[in-house]
Amino acid sequence: MGKILVFVEFNHGQLKRSSLELLSAAQSSGQTVVAAAVGSLAEGISKEASQYGATDIYVIKETTFDKYNPELFTLGLTEIIKKSEASLVLATASALGKDLFPRVAARLDAGILSDCIELKISGDNVTAKRPIYSGKCFSKVTFENCPIKIVLMRPNQLPISVPNASATTNVIAHSVNAPSLRTLIKEVVKGTSEKLDLTEANIIVSGGRGMKEAGNFKFLEQLADVLGATVGASRAVVDAGWVTHDLQVGQTGKTVAPSLYIAVGISGAIQHLAGMSGSKVIVAINTDANAPIFQKATYGIVGDFADVLPKLTEEFKRAMA
Amino acid sequence: MKFFVCIKQVPDTETKIKVGADQQIDPAGVKWVMNPYDEYAIEEAIKQREKNPGSQVWVVTVGPKARTAEALRTALAMGADEGILIDAPANLEPQITAKALSLVIQQEGGAKVVFTGRLAIDDNASSVSQMLAEFSNFPHTTVVSKFSMDSENVTVEREAEGGQCEVVQMATPAVVAANKGLNMPRYASLPGIMKAKKKVLKEVSIDSLGFSLVAKTKTLALELPAEKPPVKLMSGEISAQVSSLVQLLRDEAKVL
Ligand SMILES: Cc1cc2nc3c(=O)[nH]c(=O)nc-3n(C[C@H](O)[C@H](O)[C@H](O)COP(=O)(O)OP(=O)(O)OC[C@H]3O[C@@H](n4cnc5c(N)ncnc54)[C@H](O)[C@@H]3O)c2cc1C
Repeated sequence: MGKILVFVEFNHGQLKRSSLELLSAAQSSGQTVVAAAVGSLAEGISKEASQYGATDIYVIKETTFDKYNPELFTLGLTEIIKKSEASLVLATASALGKDLFPRVAARLDAGILSDCIELKISGDNVTAKRPIYSGKCFSKVTFENCPIKIVLMRPNQLPISVPNASATTNVIAHSVNAPSLRTLIKEVVKGTSEKLDLTEANIIVSGGRGMKEAGNFKFLEQLADVLGATVGASRAVVDAGWVTHDLQVGQTGKTVAPSLYIAVGISGAIQHLAGMSGSKVIVAINTDANAPIFQKATYGIVGDFADVLPKLTEEFKRAMA
Repeated sequence: MKFFVCIKQVPDTETKIKVGADQQIDPAGVKWVMNPYDEYAIEEAIKQREKNPGSQVWVVTVGPKARTAEALRTALAMGADEGILIDAPANLEPQITAKALSLVIQQEGGAKVVFTGRLAIDDNASSVSQMLAEFSNFPHTTVVSKFSMDSENVTVEREAEGGQCEVVQMATPAVVAANKGLNMPRYASLPGIMKAKKKVLKEVSIDSLGFSLVAKTKTLALELPAEKPPVKLMSGEISAQVSSLVQLLRDEAKVL
């Protein structure tokens, strides 16, 4: 039986939901699960990682690992993967994971499947499902000819198991002897939003050109506040400068797969659908009953955002109270 | 000084995808275009050439020559100087594509900067740029929306989660994977298209590169998304519609 290494990410001293999903999937496979975390605060999440099944946790505590540097992280992670002797590595298809692990795979001559939405681990056999062609098709894939397999999972795809409060873990500190690096992180400018990133959000409230003007996004923000949701947007409004590009959902924006996606004043162009058709439930609010978004939606209201949104926000307030 | 741009030809987003009996994408009726992110990569390389007299922009692609030459011609028409077509079967694994690209770039005397798109919209792997950097032993940055260069370094801005922006400096040669927002790609003009016809388009076969990398993943099946049941439209007064919607989300869909 092999060993599974889960690369975990954390925020404010807590593991991200997506990392809990990975630990839970690893644990339910019945194999030995170890975790890896990096940064000066990494050791702080060892207890939580143990509660989701990690028996060992490899940590790199150097402060140089507080900021993502592809060159340095590739070195650190390849060393840990080798040291752990894991045959399967799980990580989130996050901004960091998607950048880092293809390079790690190339260095280790490992197989890699990125952006997966389903994962089955049975002994040495690992199969996954990935959206391709902008979500218009899914490919079921497996590994062959590789001793090390790497799977990058999209957030919000796997169940989270019940934590075992009494579990403990063995912390293994790893230090990296970094050569002189050619990559220098000059500055990290935080985003303006305190909200969860779109790619991690469980509920998204998105607005399009039908919102008429930038100022009307406040209706979406009020609704999002009630739902604990993150606000998204179509390209039309990003290009119009109403909101910044990090809010754009779609082929040239972010790919999201929340439990609930509420599209307001968005027509449902193929390039927008490419970024959100993996959502579990889609609600469309649009004045045009023939808008293509209704063909993808689970529920719909044909109406003007200005009439619908204030009432909807009030109704959600009551429902969530 | 050479700027390389690695491009891929992909089905147009509007193309309806069908799965053939052989569990491959049915090529009938597919409209092929240059991967949209690669346009930003080409534009940036051309802008840098304009700032660095005497430098050149070379575009390279890996794919079946019968169709991919067209994507290279488009790049040449936008203004690239030369094209290299690495003739290879379609749908290669990212590692193999990356290895072939790194070898050809090396054979052609190396690069100052290798530009790529941050994602190919067909296989959705976002891997080739980083792997190519690894095989070439160059630093890399992906999802780049701002670029500048001096004699030794490039400085780029990378978009990460939550609107976070990372300012990264890399010693050249380096790999830069372009995101939307980096620039406004130019269109291929008519004179550009005419000129492109006379530009050099070299062909190499992937087998002649003399490396062996076995595929490490295997596709078991392709599936189309399940048919969605028709949308449930709310009816009645707005307030009634709103309350039925919330009730359905809570009790039927169970997403609240
Ligand atoms: C290469 C390429 C990449 C692209 N990438 C993306 C991408 O990543 N993301 C993306 O979103 N798009 C992308 N697009 C653009 C896409 O094709 C559409 O143009 C865009 O999604 C349209 O945005 P929209 O739905 O907000 O606007 P529109 O299509 O103009 O739709 C506005 C909708 O609002 C409705 N409406 C009007 N008034 C009201 C009202 N008062 N109340 C409620 N509804 C109202 C209308 O009925 C209409 O359906 C891309 C295009 C290309 C060519």
